[in-house]
This record gives sequence, C-alpha cells and structure tokens, in this order.
Amino acid sequence: MTTINFDNVYMLGRATAVGPMEQKGPIGHMFDKAYDDNYCNEGTFEKAERTLVYQACDTALRKADLHVEDIEIVCGGDLINQLTSSHYFARDIDVPFIGMYGACSNSSLVISQAAIWVENQMAKHALAFTSSHVATAERQFRFPNEYGIQKKPTTTLTVTGAGAVILGRQKSAIKVASFTPGKIIDWDHKDANDMGLAMAPAAFDTLQTHFKDTGRSFEDYDMIVTGDLSKIGFSFLTDLLVQKGYNLHNRLHDCGLMIYDFKEQDAFCGGSGCACSMCVSLAKLLQHLEDNEMKRIMVIATGALLSPVAVQQKETIPCIAHAIVYERGE
Amino acid sequence: MNDKMLKDTAKKHVPKQTKGKNACIAFISGGIMGLIGQTLLQVYGTLGFEKEAALSLMVVTVIFVTALLTGIGVYDTIAQKCGAGLFIPISGFANSLTSSAMEGRSEGPIYGIGSNMFKLAGSVITYGIVSAFLFGSIRFLMFGG
Repeated sequence: MTTINFDNVYMLGRATAVGPMEQKGPIGHMFDKAYDDNYCNEGTFEKAERTLVYQACDTALRKADLHVEDIEIVCGGDLINQLTSSHYFARDIDVPFIGMYGACSNSSLVISQAAIWVENQMAKHALAFTSSHVATAERQFRFPNEYGIQKKPTTTLTVTGAGAVILGRQKSAIKVASFTPGKIIDWDHKDANDMGLAMAPAAFDTLQTHFKDTGRSFEDYDMIVTGDLSKIGFSFLTDLLVQKGYNLHNRLHDCGLMIYDFKEQDAFCGGSGCACSMCVSLAKLLQHLEDNEMKRIMVIATGALLSPVAVQQKETIPCIAHAIVYERGE
Repeated sequence: MNDKMLKDTAKKHVPKQTKGKNACIAFISGGIMGLIGQTLLQVYGTLGFEKEAALSLMVVTVIFVTALLTGIGVYDTIAQKCGAGLFIPISGFANSLTSSAMEGRSEGPIYGIGSNMFKLAGSVITYGIVSAFLFGSIRFLMFGG
C-alpha cells in the first residue's frame, strides 16, 4: 500500500501571492496578495520570486495567528536550480528546513512532508511552501524572456506566484487526510514544449494507485484536480480514464485551466509551474471546504522532471504525480 | 499501461500542426519586412548615400528598431504572430542578441551581458563562419577564387 493516511493534521493557515497575469485571471480576486509587475518591486526576477514566497509565508503565519518561532519545521521547494528561492528564504528564518524538488508536483510534495512531521508529533507546527515565476523558469528551462521565437500552441505558461500553508494538530476546517506518492513515469515522450501530454500518464498512474489503496472512486470525491496538465494533457488523461472504464461524474478538473482566462489572456495551453496547483488549490479549492460546500477534494500535482541539458542530449522526460487529499475538518 | 497504448491515445490529443498557416503568415510578414528594408534603402539612396553605405544604414536601422522593440517588450509578441517572417531576417538575429543581453543584465557586465549575449546567436556566427570557409574553399579550388 502506497497511500499514507493522516489522522491529526489540520491546515491552520494558508496564503497565496501572485503576479499580474494571475491577478487578471478569473480567480484573481481570490489570491491574498497580487503584484502589478513581474518584478514585485525588486531588481531581479529571482528576488521577485523570493518576495512572493515571503509574502505568502508571512500572510499564512498571520492568518494562523502564529509567529516564526512557533514553527518547528519548514518544507519548501521551487523550480530554480539549487532551489534558490526556497533556500534564500529559509536563510532568513531560524528554523530547520527541508528543501524538496518535484518540479510542478512540489505543492503536494511539500505539504505531505510537513504533514508527516506533524502527524508523528515530530513538529507541533510546520510550514510548507512552494513558488514559481514565469521569468525565472523561462530563462532556465527555455529561452530569454524577450526572445522572439514562435512558441508552439502546446506550450504552457508558468504561473508567477507562491503559496504557503501552516499545518498543526489543532482542529480546523481543513484536514489533510492522506497522501499518495507517485512513481516516475517515463513513456518515451521527448517534446519539452508539450509537458502536459508528458505528465498525463503519471497522473493516471497515481490516481489508479490511490483508488486501489483506498477502494474509492470518482463519486467519493467532490472534486479531483490535476496540477498543470494543459488542455492537451487533460484531454489525454480523461481519455485514458474513460478507456479504463471510469465514470468521471464530471468531477475531474485541472488547476492550469482555471487560473487564466483563455479568451482574454495569452495563456497558450494552460498554466503550469509549482505555483499553479498550489495557488489554485489554496485560494479556490480549499475555500470550498472551508465554506462547507464540499467534503473531500484530491489534488494531484503533476511534475515534468526535465533537465534542459538532458533534453538537448535527446533524453526522454521523466514525470511524476503526487496526490494529496483534503477533507472538511470539523 | 504500456507505452504503445499511451502513444496511440496521445496521438489523438495532439493539436493539428498549423504549418501551412504559419508559412503563409511568415511569407506575408517576411514580405513586409523586405518592403520596409527596400523602402529604407531607397530613402537612404535619395538622401545621397552610396549604395553600399545605404545598405549598411538600412541593416543598422532594422537592428536598432528590433533592439528597441525588444527592450520595451513588444517584439516577442509580434514575433509570436509573424514567426519565420521576423525570425529569418536580421531582426531575428538582433532580437536574439538583445534578449540574451537583457537576460544577463542581473549577473553584471562580464558574466552576465558579456558572456550571455551570444548564447543564442553564437550558433549563427559559428556556422556562418564554417560555411563561409567551406564554400570559399570550394570556390577557390574549383574556380580559382
């Protein structure tokens, strides 16, 4: 059995900070803080991403009515090499830190890690965060930001933002219920401009594992959302599930398809990046639990673990998906 | 879950390539680019410049305008629509230099701008020199220079 269950992990605070594109999107008003400029009042994009992390973590702590001293473990990760944003943020807080990399699957990864610490009473309160920035990701994984190459229609747009959660054992409206870690799935896909398609089989695999472990299916969830599969990957996943005989009950959704307005914004095939699943789930989806409109939600954060060097060496793209289940707490 | 089944299913979801449409847009935008170049050439000619000088001035003007548009963040939006129409002419080269230089700005003048500027344009220069050498050699050996 792969899935681990948590009995005493609750979300005490959660917060998001985003960039201008996300603010203009259909759920822009739900984020706690939004910046009008991708620089977020900083000199470089790298610092801007860090500002987003600071903002999200600070707001989450305030919402939970806690101080940094109350946090006993911090789990975080981002997309930049050497987890730059996370490590430089952690440098400024005097708390033990675990840096994690799962590309865009980070959101479920860091929250589940923090939940393990809280569940086993190794930490009273834990902070988990993740971030991504369109400009820092673009320059590392693709081309310079202002480079005028014609992007393929299958491309996704990295979400600029950060999300943070505080976990603890005191009961609250949102309970972190279980976690299903994913396996690396590599089906020989090589197109780094079509990561949605690449990641769909990983989401499919994790979803099946979760259903097998728990004996549940789509009707047991109010909503099952994937992280950033893009329009193409999402239709691919839907097809795979239907072929396997699942009835989706119209409950499968994708965070990357919720964050931008495809008619008004140039978002290509959808949003991607660590902040995509993190910000959408924290700002929009978990609100449904808090408002008692839903009882159980699963977020399957998907990550394409590509390295630009490996892709140029004609390697395939390994992908992963981690599923985390949230339930209405009280 | 086998790879073949995945690949067969994936094929159904890959959007159709719009190569024909892209080629048409590139043909038109490339044509407009040529028209602009030719107009500039004529203008410089009427201003009294020699043909060689007018040619250089025209190229420099295109490079300057591209760099300016790249700097103010407009070029990539236009290039996304025009594709090869802007990518193949000197504007594509100018944009690759400017965008790489802008990207390197945060790492300083040496390790940032200096070493990054030719990151993308480097291949054009390298293979430009290699092919110039090859074709020059062929011409020299076959036709005696």
